[in-house]
Amino acid sequence: MSKLINSIEEAIRVTGLKDGMTISFHHHLRNGDYVLNMVVDAIAKAGIKDITINASSIHEVHAPLVDHIKSGVVTGLECNYMGAAVGKEISRGIMKKPVIFRTHGGRPSDIMTGKSHIDVAFIAAPTSDDMGNCTGKIGKSACGSLGYAFSDAEKADKVVVITDNLVPYPLTDFSIPEIYVDYVVSVDKIGDPKGIVSGTTKITRDPVGLKIARYAVECIQASGLLKDGFSFQTGAGGASLAAAAYLKDIMVRDNIKGSYVMGGITGYMVDMLNAGCFEAILDVQCFDLKAVESIRTNPKHREVSGSQYASPTAKSCAVDGLDVVILGATEIDMDFNVNVHTDSNGYIMGGSGGHSDTAAGAKMAMIVAPLVRARVPIVTKKVQCITTPGSTIDVLVTQRGIAVNPARQDLIEKFKAAKLPVVTIEELYDKAMEIVGNYQPVELGDRVVAEVVYRDGTVIDRIRQVIE
Amino acid sequence: MNIIRNAIAGTMESSDLIVTVTPGSGLTIDIQSPVKRQFGDSIRRSAEEIAQDLGVTDAVISIEDHGALDCTIRARIETALLRASKEE
Repeated sequence: MSKLINSIEEAIRVTGLKDGMTISFHHHLRNGDYVLNMVVDAIAKAGIKDITINASSIHEVHAPLVDHIKSGVVTGLECNYMGAAVGKEISRGIMKKPVIFRTHGGRPSDIMTGKSHIDVAFIAAPTSDDMGNCTGKIGKSACGSLGYAFSDAEKADKVVVITDNLVPYPLTDFSIPEIYVDYVVSVDKIGDPKGIVSGTTKITRDPVGLKIARYAVECIQASGLLKDGFSFQTGAGGASLAAAAYLKDIMVRDNIKGSYVMGGITGYMVDMLNAGCFEAILDVQCFDLKAVESIRTNPKHREVSGSQYASPTAKSCAVDGLDVVILGATEIDMDFNVNVHTDSNGYIMGGSGGHSDTAAGAKMAMIVAPLVRARVPIVTKKVQCITTPGSTIDVLVTQRGIAVNPARQDLIEKFKAAKLPVVTIEELYDKAMEIVGNYQPVELGDRVVAEVVYRDGTVIDRIRQVIE
Repeated sequence: MNIIRNAIAGTMESSDLIVTVTPGSGLTIDIQSPVKRQFGDSIRRSAEEIAQDLGVTDAVISIEDHGALDCTIRARIETALLRASKEE
Protein backbone atom coordinates (compact mmCIF):
# COMPACT_ATOMS: atom_id res chain seq x y z
CA MET A 1 0.00 0.00 0.00
CA SER A 2 1.07 3.53 -0.68
CA LYS A 3 -0.67 6.81 0.04
CA LEU A 4 1.16 8.48 -2.80
CA ILE A 5 -1.10 10.28 -5.27
CA ASN A 6 -0.07 12.15 -8.40
CA SER A 7 -0.92 15.78 -7.84
CA ILE A 8 -2.53 18.46 -5.72
CA GLU A 9 -5.44 18.38 -8.19
CA GLU A 10 -5.91 14.71 -7.40
CA ALA A 11 -5.69 15.44 -3.67
CA ILE A 12 -8.54 17.93 -4.00
CA ARG A 13 -10.61 15.31 -5.81
CA VAL A 14 -9.95 12.33 -3.54
CA THR A 15 -10.38 14.26 -0.29
CA GLY A 16 -13.84 15.29 -1.48
CA LEU A 17 -13.07 18.97 -1.09
CA LYS A 18 -16.12 21.02 -1.99
CA ASP A 19 -17.81 24.42 -1.65
CA GLY A 20 -18.02 25.79 1.90
CA MET A 21 -15.28 23.62 3.43
CA THR A 22 -12.41 24.66 5.70
CA ILE A 23 -8.83 23.86 4.80
CA SER A 24 -5.73 24.43 6.91
CA PHE A 25 -2.04 25.22 6.55
CA HIS A 26 0.96 25.72 8.83
CA HIS A 27 3.46 28.54 8.37
CA HIS A 28 6.82 26.90 9.03
CA LEU A 29 7.96 27.71 5.49
CA ARG A 30 7.24 31.33 6.40
CA ASN A 31 7.76 33.76 3.51
CA GLY A 32 9.18 30.99 1.32
CA ASP A 33 5.98 28.92 1.29
CA TYR A 34 4.67 27.73 -2.08
CA VAL A 35 2.11 25.23 -0.76
CA LEU A 36 -0.78 27.49 0.27
CA ASN A 37 -0.76 29.27 -3.10
CA MET A 38 -0.45 26.00 -5.07
CA VAL A 39 -3.40 24.45 -3.23
CA VAL A 40 -5.68 27.48 -3.45
CA ASP A 41 -4.85 27.97 -7.15
CA ALA A 42 -5.82 24.34 -7.77
CA ILE A 43 -9.05 24.78 -5.80
CA ALA A 44 -9.90 27.84 -7.90
CA LYS A 45 -9.19 25.89 -11.12
CA ALA A 46 -11.48 23.10 -9.94
CA GLY A 47 -14.29 25.64 -9.68
CA ILE A 48 -14.69 25.26 -5.91
CA LYS A 49 -15.86 28.34 -4.01
CA ASP A 50 -16.65 29.64 -0.53
CA ILE A 51 -13.56 28.11 1.12
CA THR A 52 -12.39 29.09 4.61
CA ILE A 53 -8.64 29.02 5.15
CA ASN A 54 -7.43 28.32 8.67
CA ALA A 55 -3.67 28.98 8.57
CA SER A 56 -1.34 29.49 11.51
CA SER A 57 0.03 32.55 9.66
CA ILE A 58 -0.42 34.43 6.39
CA HIS A 59 2.78 35.92 4.96
CA GLU A 60 3.65 38.39 2.19
CA VAL A 61 4.22 35.49 -0.22
CA HIS A 62 0.50 34.71 0.07
CA ALA A 63 -0.55 37.94 -1.68
CA PRO A 64 -2.31 35.93 -4.47
CA LEU A 65 -4.97 35.21 -1.82
CA VAL A 66 -6.27 38.72 -2.44
CA ASP A 67 -7.53 37.76 -5.91
CA HIS A 68 -9.00 34.51 -4.61
CA ILE A 69 -10.91 36.50 -1.99
CA LYS A 70 -12.16 38.99 -4.57
CA SER A 71 -13.36 36.16 -6.83
CA GLY A 72 -15.20 34.35 -4.03
CA VAL A 73 -13.00 31.25 -3.94
CA VAL A 74 -11.91 32.19 -0.41
CA THR A 75 -14.63 33.71 1.80
CA GLY A 76 -13.21 33.07 5.26
CA LEU A 77 -9.77 33.54 6.82
CA GLU A 78 -8.60 32.43 10.25
CA CYS A 79 -4.99 32.92 11.36
CA ASN A 80 -2.70 34.00 14.19
CA TYR A 81 -0.72 36.51 12.18
CA MET A 82 -1.21 38.28 8.84
CA GLY A 83 1.48 40.18 6.93
CA ALA A 84 0.79 43.55 5.35
CA ALA A 85 0.29 42.31 1.76
CA VAL A 86 -3.00 40.57 2.54
CA GLY A 87 -3.63 42.58 5.73
CA LYS A 88 -3.87 45.92 3.95
CA GLU A 89 -6.49 44.59 1.54
CA ILE A 90 -8.48 43.03 4.39
CA SER A 91 -8.37 46.42 6.14
CA ARG A 92 -9.78 48.01 3.00
CA GLY A 93 -12.75 45.68 3.35
CA ILE A 94 -12.39 43.16 0.48
CA MET A 95 -13.87 40.26 2.47
CA LYS A 96 -17.44 40.13 3.72
CA LYS A 97 -16.81 37.87 6.73
CA PRO A 98 -14.44 39.27 9.38
CA VAL A 99 -11.05 37.55 9.68
CA ILE A 100 -10.75 35.49 12.87
CA PHE A 101 -7.43 36.14 14.63
CA ARG A 102 -6.34 33.67 17.29
CA THR A 103 -3.08 33.15 19.14
CA HIS A 104 -0.47 30.43 18.70
CA GLY A 105 -1.95 28.75 21.78
CA GLY A 106 -5.59 29.51 21.06
CA ARG A 107 -5.52 27.99 17.57
CA PRO A 108 -4.40 24.47 18.57
CA SER A 109 -6.67 24.72 21.61
CA ASP A 110 -9.71 25.37 19.41
CA ILE A 111 -8.68 22.64 16.97
CA MET A 112 -8.05 20.01 19.65
CA THR A 113 -11.30 20.77 21.50
CA GLY A 114 -13.28 20.63 18.27
CA LYS A 115 -14.28 24.32 18.25
CA SER A 116 -12.41 24.80 14.95
CA HIS A 117 -13.27 22.08 12.50
CA ILE A 118 -10.88 21.39 9.61
CA ASP A 119 -12.11 19.41 6.61
CA VAL A 120 -8.77 19.04 4.87
CA ALA A 121 -5.31 19.88 6.25
CA PHE A 122 -2.50 20.43 3.75
CA ILE A 123 0.83 19.90 5.46
CA ALA A 124 3.96 21.15 3.74
CA ALA A 125 6.67 18.67 4.72
CA PRO A 126 10.36 19.11 3.79
CA THR A 127 10.76 15.31 3.99
CA SER A 128 8.19 12.50 4.01
CA ASP A 129 7.91 8.83 3.19
CA ASP A 130 5.05 7.51 1.03
CA MET A 131 2.92 6.72 4.10
CA GLY A 132 3.14 10.26 5.47
CA ASN A 133 5.71 9.97 8.24
CA CYS A 134 7.18 13.44 7.84
CA THR A 135 9.61 15.98 9.28
CA GLY A 136 10.90 19.50 8.75
CA LYS A 137 14.40 18.73 9.93
CA ILE A 138 15.86 17.45 6.64
CA GLY A 139 15.47 18.06 2.92
CA LYS A 140 16.30 20.90 0.55
CA SER A 141 13.40 22.93 2.00
CA ALA A 142 14.23 22.11 5.65
CA CYS A 143 12.49 24.43 8.10
CA GLY A 144 13.18 22.67 11.42
CA SER A 145 10.19 22.34 13.72
CA LEU A 146 6.71 21.51 12.35
CA GLY A 147 5.11 22.34 15.71
CA TYR A 148 2.09 24.30 14.48
CA ALA A 149 0.99 21.48 12.14
CA PHE A 150 0.53 18.82 14.84
CA SER A 151 -3.03 19.75 15.82
CA ASP A 152 -4.10 20.00 12.17
CA ALA A 153 -2.68 16.52 11.46
CA GLU A 154 -4.40 15.04 14.47
CA LYS A 155 -7.85 16.57 14.05
CA ALA A 156 -8.55 17.33 10.38
CA ASP A 157 -10.97 14.96 8.64
CA LYS A 158 -8.49 14.43 5.81
CA VAL A 159 -4.76 15.09 5.92
CA VAL A 160 -2.62 15.61 2.82
CA VAL A 161 1.18 15.77 3.18
CA ILE A 162 2.89 17.70 0.39
CA THR A 163 6.65 17.12 0.12
CA ASP A 164 9.59 17.82 -2.18
CA ASN A 165 11.80 15.13 -0.65
CA LEU A 166 10.16 11.74 -0.80
CA VAL A 167 12.18 9.04 1.00
CA PRO A 168 11.73 5.26 1.33
CA TYR A 169 9.47 3.98 4.11
CA PRO A 170 9.96 4.23 7.04
CA LEU A 171 11.30 7.69 7.78
CA THR A 172 12.42 7.06 11.35
CA ASP A 173 13.01 10.58 12.64
CA PHE A 174 9.47 11.73 11.88
CA SER A 175 7.67 14.60 13.57
CA ILE A 176 4.17 13.78 12.36
CA PRO A 177 3.41 10.04 12.15
CA GLU A 178 1.61 8.22 9.34
CA ILE A 179 -1.35 7.38 11.59
CA TYR A 180 -2.87 10.79 10.87
CA VAL A 181 -2.10 11.02 7.14
CA ASP A 182 -4.47 10.10 4.29
CA TYR A 183 -2.49 11.09 1.19
CA VAL A 184 1.03 12.08 0.17
CA VAL A 185 1.82 14.30 -2.82
CA SER A 186 5.33 14.75 -4.18
CA VAL A 187 6.03 18.08 -5.91
CA ASP A 188 9.16 19.77 -7.34
CA LYS A 189 9.38 22.43 -4.69
CA ILE A 190 7.34 23.21 -1.57
CA GLY A 191 9.13 26.50 -1.04
CA ASP A 192 12.02 28.85 -1.59
CA PRO A 193 14.76 28.16 0.98
CA LYS A 194 15.72 31.88 0.96
CA GLY A 195 12.30 32.76 2.35
CA ILE A 196 12.01 29.75 4.66
CA VAL A 197 15.03 30.49 6.84
CA SER A 198 17.23 33.53 6.97
CA GLY A 199 20.97 32.89 6.69
CA THR A 200 21.63 34.89 9.82
CA THR A 201 19.35 36.92 12.04
CA LYS A 202 21.19 40.08 12.96
CA ILE A 203 21.46 41.94 16.23
CA THR A 204 20.68 45.64 15.99
CA ARG A 205 23.59 48.12 15.84
CA ASP A 206 21.25 51.05 16.41
CA PRO A 207 22.37 52.76 19.64
CA VAL A 208 18.74 53.29 20.69
CA GLY A 209 18.01 49.58 20.30
CA LEU A 210 21.15 48.66 22.24
CA LYS A 211 20.25 51.02 25.08
CA ILE A 212 16.77 49.47 25.31
CA ALA A 213 18.32 45.99 25.31
CA ARG A 214 20.69 46.94 28.12
CA TYR A 215 17.85 48.34 30.23
CA ALA A 216 15.81 45.19 29.58
CA VAL A 217 18.59 42.96 30.86
CA GLU A 218 19.12 45.19 33.89
CA CYS A 219 15.39 44.79 34.63
CA ILE A 220 15.71 41.01 34.42
CA GLN A 221 18.66 41.08 36.82
CA ALA A 222 16.83 43.40 39.22
CA SER A 223 13.68 41.24 39.16
CA GLY A 224 15.45 38.44 40.99
CA LEU A 225 14.29 35.90 38.38
CA LEU A 226 17.72 35.44 36.82
CA LYS A 227 19.02 32.44 38.75
CA ASP A 228 19.50 28.69 38.23
CA GLY A 229 16.40 27.22 36.57
CA PHE A 230 15.64 30.47 34.69
CA SER A 231 13.28 30.07 31.70
CA PHE A 232 13.11 32.62 28.94
CA GLN A 233 11.57 33.60 25.63
CA THR A 234 12.46 36.42 23.31
CA GLY A 235 11.38 37.50 19.87
CA ALA A 236 13.66 37.82 16.85
CA GLY A 237 13.49 41.62 16.66
CA GLY A 238 16.78 43.52 16.75
CA ALA A 239 16.48 44.85 20.32
CA SER A 240 15.16 41.52 21.64
CA LEU A 241 18.14 39.66 20.18
CA ALA A 242 20.55 42.27 21.54
CA ALA A 243 19.00 41.69 24.97
CA ALA A 244 19.54 37.93 24.55
CA ALA A 245 23.20 38.56 23.69
CA TYR A 246 23.72 40.72 26.82
CA LEU A 247 21.88 38.13 28.89
CA LYS A 248 24.15 35.37 27.59
CA ASP A 249 27.26 37.30 28.68
CA ILE A 250 25.87 37.70 32.19
CA MET A 251 24.73 34.06 32.48
CA VAL A 252 28.13 32.81 31.32
CA ARG A 253 29.99 35.24 33.60
CA ASP A 254 27.91 34.39 36.69
CA ASN A 255 27.62 30.69 35.81
CA ILE A 256 23.80 30.74 35.86
CA LYS A 257 22.26 27.48 34.61
CA GLY A 258 18.88 28.24 33.08
CA SER A 259 16.20 25.66 32.41
CA TYR A 260 14.70 26.27 28.97
CA VAL A 261 14.40 28.86 26.24
CA MET A 262 11.52 29.07 23.77
CA GLY A 263 9.91 30.91 20.93
CA GLY A 264 10.84 31.45 17.36
CA ILE A 265 14.33 29.97 17.63
CA THR A 266 17.37 31.76 16.19
CA GLY A 267 21.09 31.04 16.22
CA TYR A 268 21.40 33.25 19.30
CA MET A 269 19.24 30.86 21.33
CA VAL A 270 21.34 27.97 19.99
CA ASP A 271 24.51 29.77 21.11
CA MET A 272 23.01 30.17 24.58
CA LEU A 273 22.19 26.45 24.73
CA ASN A 274 25.67 25.50 23.57
CA ALA A 275 27.27 27.90 26.04
CA GLY A 276 25.48 26.09 28.86
CA CYS A 277 23.12 28.97 29.70
CA PHE A 278 20.11 26.66 29.29
CA GLU A 279 19.42 22.94 29.59
CA ALA A 280 17.00 22.83 26.65
CA ILE A 281 15.34 24.60 23.74
CA LEU A 282 11.62 23.94 23.28
CA ASP A 283 11.10 24.76 19.63
CA VAL A 284 7.76 25.36 17.94
CA GLN A 285 9.32 27.35 15.06
CA CYS A 286 12.84 27.82 13.64
CA PHE A 287 13.87 31.18 12.22
CA ASP A 288 17.34 30.55 10.80
CA LEU A 289 19.72 27.92 9.44
CA LYS A 290 21.60 27.53 12.69
CA ALA A 291 18.36 26.69 14.51
CA VAL A 292 17.47 24.09 11.85
CA GLU A 293 20.93 22.52 12.14
CA SER A 294 20.63 22.42 15.93
CA ILE A 295 17.15 20.84 16.09
CA ARG A 296 18.41 18.15 13.68
CA THR A 297 21.51 17.26 15.67
CA ASN A 298 21.09 18.24 19.33
CA PRO A 299 18.73 16.14 21.49
CA LYS A 300 18.51 19.03 23.97
CA HIS A 301 16.84 21.06 21.22
CA ARG A 302 13.34 19.61 21.22
CA GLU A 303 10.52 20.13 18.75
CA VAL A 304 7.19 20.83 20.51
CA SER A 305 3.64 21.17 19.21
CA GLY A 306 1.68 24.41 19.27
CA SER A 307 -0.44 22.87 22.03
CA GLN A 308 2.55 22.04 24.20
CA TYR A 309 3.94 25.50 23.55
CA ALA A 310 0.93 27.53 24.53
CA SER A 311 -2.52 25.89 24.52
CA PRO A 312 -4.67 27.14 27.43
CA THR A 313 -6.75 23.94 27.33
CA ALA A 314 -3.87 21.46 27.26
CA LYS A 315 -3.28 19.76 30.62
CA SER A 316 -0.13 21.85 30.81
CA CYS A 317 1.92 23.97 28.44
CA ALA A 318 5.37 25.50 28.39
CA VAL A 319 4.42 29.20 28.39
CA ASP A 320 3.01 28.75 31.89
CA GLY A 321 6.46 27.94 33.23
CA LEU A 322 8.17 30.99 31.73
CA ASP A 323 10.02 33.37 34.02
CA VAL A 324 10.60 36.16 31.52
CA VAL A 325 9.40 36.97 28.02
CA ILE A 326 10.61 39.91 25.93
CA LEU A 327 8.04 41.09 23.38
CA GLY A 328 7.57 43.93 20.90
CA ALA A 329 4.70 46.37 20.35
CA THR A 330 3.44 48.73 17.71
CA GLU A 331 1.39 50.53 20.35
CA ILE A 332 0.91 50.35 24.12
CA ASP A 333 -1.64 52.40 26.04
CA MET A 334 -2.14 53.88 29.51
CA ASP A 335 -3.54 50.52 30.73
CA PHE A 336 -0.55 48.62 29.24
CA ASN A 337 -2.76 47.04 26.55
CA VAL A 338 -0.57 46.15 23.56
CA ASN A 339 -1.35 46.24 19.83
CA VAL A 340 0.70 44.15 17.41
CA HIS A 341 -2.13 43.70 14.88
CA THR A 342 -2.33 47.05 13.10
CA ASP A 343 0.08 49.78 11.97
CA SER A 344 -0.17 53.49 12.77
CA ASN A 345 -2.72 53.96 9.98
CA GLY A 346 -4.92 51.11 11.16
CA TYR A 347 -3.93 48.58 8.47
CA ILE A 348 -3.49 44.96 9.55
CA MET A 349 0.20 44.00 9.46
CA GLY A 350 0.70 41.40 12.16
CA GLY A 351 -1.07 39.50 14.87
CA SER A 352 -0.54 37.95 18.24
CA GLY A 353 1.40 34.87 17.30
CA GLY A 354 2.51 33.82 20.78
CA HIS A 355 2.42 37.39 22.16
CA SER A 356 -0.62 37.08 24.40
CA ASP A 357 0.10 33.44 25.33
CA THR A 358 3.59 34.16 26.63
CA ALA A 359 2.52 37.42 28.30
CA ALA A 360 -0.19 35.49 30.18
CA GLY A 361 2.20 32.72 31.21
CA ALA A 362 5.41 34.53 32.10
CA LYS A 363 6.17 35.79 35.60
CA MET A 364 7.48 38.99 34.00
CA ALA A 365 6.25 40.04 30.54
CA MET A 366 8.35 42.86 29.11
CA ILE A 367 7.71 45.07 26.09
CA VAL A 368 10.82 46.55 24.46
CA ALA A 369 10.27 49.38 21.99
CA PRO A 370 11.65 52.78 21.05
CA LEU A 371 9.46 55.58 22.42
CA VAL A 372 8.99 56.98 18.91
CA ARG A 373 9.33 55.04 15.66
CA ALA A 374 9.54 57.22 12.52
CA ARG A 375 7.48 59.98 14.23
CA VAL A 376 4.86 57.50 15.44
CA PRO A 377 4.60 57.43 19.24
CA ILE A 378 4.67 53.93 20.77
CA VAL A 379 2.73 55.03 23.84
CA THR A 380 -0.84 56.15 23.12
CA LYS A 381 -3.95 57.03 25.13
CA LYS A 382 -5.78 53.99 23.78
CA VAL A 383 -4.49 51.32 21.38
CA GLN A 384 -6.31 50.89 18.05
CA CYS A 385 -6.58 47.18 18.73
CA ILE A 386 -6.01 45.17 21.90
CA THR A 387 -3.87 42.16 21.02
CA THR A 388 -2.66 41.46 24.55
CA PRO A 389 -4.48 42.77 27.64
CA GLY A 390 -2.55 45.14 29.89
CA SER A 391 -3.31 42.98 32.91
CA THR A 392 -0.72 40.50 31.56
CA ILE A 393 1.99 43.08 30.69
CA ASP A 394 4.37 44.00 33.49
CA VAL A 395 7.06 46.28 32.08
CA LEU A 396 7.60 48.66 29.15
CA VAL A 397 11.26 49.39 28.40
CA THR A 398 12.06 52.40 26.19
CA GLN A 399 15.27 54.39 25.70
CA ARG A 400 13.65 57.23 27.67
CA GLY A 401 12.73 55.23 30.73
CA ILE A 402 11.07 52.11 32.10
CA ALA A 403 7.36 52.08 32.93
CA VAL A 404 6.06 49.36 35.25
CA ASN A 405 2.43 48.25 35.47
CA PRO A 406 1.12 49.76 38.74
CA ALA A 407 -0.19 46.28 39.64
CA ARG A 408 3.47 45.24 40.04
CA GLN A 409 4.56 47.36 43.00
CA ASP A 410 7.08 44.62 43.82
CA LEU A 411 8.89 45.24 40.52
CA ILE A 412 8.73 49.02 40.92
CA GLU A 413 10.50 48.70 44.29
CA LYS A 414 13.13 46.30 42.92
CA PHE A 415 13.84 48.46 39.85
CA LYS A 416 14.10 51.63 41.92
CA ALA A 417 16.45 49.89 44.35
CA ALA A 418 18.59 48.94 41.35
CA LYS A 419 18.66 52.62 40.32
CA LEU A 420 16.86 51.92 37.03
CA PRO A 421 15.13 54.92 35.37
CA VAL A 422 11.57 54.10 36.44
CA VAL A 423 8.90 56.49 35.11
CA THR A 424 5.13 56.31 34.81
CA ILE A 425 3.55 55.41 31.49
CA GLU A 426 1.84 58.82 31.54
CA GLU A 427 5.25 60.48 31.67
CA LEU A 428 6.39 58.43 28.68
CA TYR A 429 3.23 59.45 26.81
CA ASP A 430 3.85 63.15 27.48
CA LYS A 431 7.47 62.83 26.41
CA ALA A 432 6.51 61.06 23.17
CA MET A 433 3.91 63.71 22.34
CA GLU A 434 6.45 66.47 22.96
CA ILE A 435 8.91 64.82 20.53
CA VAL A 436 6.50 64.12 17.66
CA GLY A 437 4.43 67.34 17.91
CA ASN A 438 0.95 68.03 16.48
CA TYR A 439 -0.19 64.41 16.48
CA GLN A 440 -3.61 63.78 14.95
CA PRO A 441 -5.03 60.30 15.70
CA VAL A 442 -6.34 58.32 12.74
CA GLU A 443 -10.10 57.90 12.39
CA LEU A 444 -11.31 54.42 11.40
CA GLY A 445 -14.55 53.27 9.78
CA ASP A 446 -17.36 51.37 11.50
CA ARG A 447 -17.29 48.10 9.59
CA VAL A 448 -15.54 45.23 11.39
CA VAL A 449 -12.93 43.53 9.18
CA ALA A 450 -11.43 41.24 11.82
CA GLU A 451 -12.17 39.83 15.25
CA VAL A 452 -9.37 39.26 17.71
CA VAL A 453 -10.01 36.16 19.77
CA TYR A 454 -8.01 36.02 22.99
CA ARG A 455 -6.49 32.70 24.06
CA ASP A 456 -9.46 31.99 26.36
CA GLY A 457 -11.87 32.16 23.41
CA THR A 458 -13.37 35.58 24.16
CA VAL A 459 -13.39 38.30 21.50
CA ILE A 460 -10.99 40.81 23.04
CA ASP A 461 -11.29 43.40 20.27
CA ARG A 462 -12.54 44.10 16.75
CA ILE A 463 -10.48 45.65 13.97
CA ARG A 464 -12.28 48.24 11.86
CA GLN A 465 -12.05 49.12 8.21
CA VAL A 466 -9.61 51.82 7.09
CA ILE A 467 -11.33 54.58 5.11
CA GLU A 468 -9.02 55.89 2.40
CA MET B 1 14.11 84.85 -2.86
CA ASN B 2 13.89 83.41 -6.38
CA ILE B 3 14.00 79.71 -7.16
CA ILE B 4 16.15 79.44 -10.29
CA ARG B 5 17.20 75.80 -10.44
CA ASN B 6 16.31 72.30 -9.23
CA ALA B 7 17.74 71.24 -5.87
CA ILE B 8 17.47 68.35 -3.41
CA ALA B 9 18.09 67.97 0.32
CA GLY B 10 17.75 64.94 2.60
CA THR B 11 18.00 61.15 2.44
CA MET B 12 15.77 58.09 2.05
CA GLU B 13 16.50 56.95 5.62
CA SER B 14 13.68 56.26 8.06
CA SER B 15 13.01 59.34 10.23
CA ASP B 16 14.40 61.59 7.46
CA LEU B 17 12.90 63.06 4.28
CA ILE B 18 13.92 64.09 0.77
CA VAL B 19 12.87 67.54 -0.37
CA THR B 20 12.99 68.37 -4.08
CA VAL B 21 12.55 72.01 -5.10
CA THR B 22 11.94 73.10 -8.71
CA PRO B 23 11.03 76.49 -10.21
CA GLY B 24 7.31 77.12 -10.65
CA SER B 25 4.71 79.83 -10.60
CA GLY B 26 2.91 80.15 -7.29
CA LEU B 27 3.73 77.89 -4.37
CA THR B 28 2.95 74.18 -4.82
CA ILE B 29 3.59 71.77 -1.95
CA ASP B 30 3.36 68.05 -2.61
CA ILE B 31 3.60 65.67 0.35
CA GLN B 32 4.11 61.93 0.44
CA SER B 33 4.39 60.36 3.88
CA PRO B 34 3.48 57.14 5.68
CA VAL B 35 2.23 59.38 8.50
CA LYS B 36 0.37 61.83 6.26
CA ARG B 37 -2.88 61.14 8.12
CA GLN B 38 -1.32 62.06 11.44
CA PHE B 39 1.10 64.78 10.36
CA GLY B 40 0.16 65.92 6.82
CA ASP B 41 -1.24 69.27 8.00
CA SER B 42 1.75 69.88 10.25
CA ILE B 43 4.22 69.16 7.42
CA ARG B 44 2.37 71.50 5.05
CA ARG B 45 2.29 74.27 7.66
CA SER B 46 6.03 73.96 8.25
CA ALA B 47 6.76 74.10 4.50
CA GLU B 48 4.59 77.20 4.08
CA GLU B 49 6.25 78.92 7.02
CA ILE B 50 9.78 78.25 5.78
CA ALA B 51 8.88 79.46 2.27
CA GLN B 52 7.35 82.60 3.72
CA ASP B 53 10.34 83.28 5.99
CA LEU B 54 12.67 83.03 2.98
CA GLY B 55 10.36 85.12 0.79
CA VAL B 56 9.77 82.30 -1.68
CA THR B 57 6.49 82.77 -3.56
CA ASP B 58 7.11 80.70 -6.71
CA ALA B 59 8.31 77.10 -6.35
CA VAL B 60 7.30 73.47 -6.40
CA ILE B 61 8.28 71.81 -3.10
CA SER B 62 8.01 68.01 -3.23
CA ILE B 63 8.37 66.28 0.11
CA GLU B 64 8.99 62.57 0.38
CA ASP B 65 8.81 62.01 4.12
CA HIS B 66 9.80 58.86 6.01
CA GLY B 67 8.57 59.84 9.46
CA ALA B 68 10.91 62.78 10.16
CA LEU B 69 10.46 65.04 13.17
CA ASP B 70 9.39 68.65 12.57
CA CYS B 71 12.88 70.09 13.19
CA THR B 72 14.30 67.78 10.52
CA ILE B 73 11.52 68.67 8.09
CA ARG B 74 12.15 72.40 8.51
CA ALA B 75 15.92 72.04 8.13
CA ARG B 76 15.66 69.96 4.95
CA ILE B 77 13.13 72.32 3.33
CA GLU B 78 15.22 75.37 4.16
CA THR B 79 18.36 73.76 2.74
CA ALA B 80 16.62 72.67 -0.46
CA LEU B 81 15.17 76.17 -1.01
CA LEU B 82 18.54 77.85 -0.41
CA ARG B 83 20.28 75.45 -2.80
CA ALA B 84 17.62 76.08 -5.44
CA SER B 85 18.04 79.83 -5.20
CA LYS B 86 21.76 79.87 -6.04
CA GLU B 87 23.56 79.74 -9.38
CA GLU B 88 25.73 76.63 -9.91
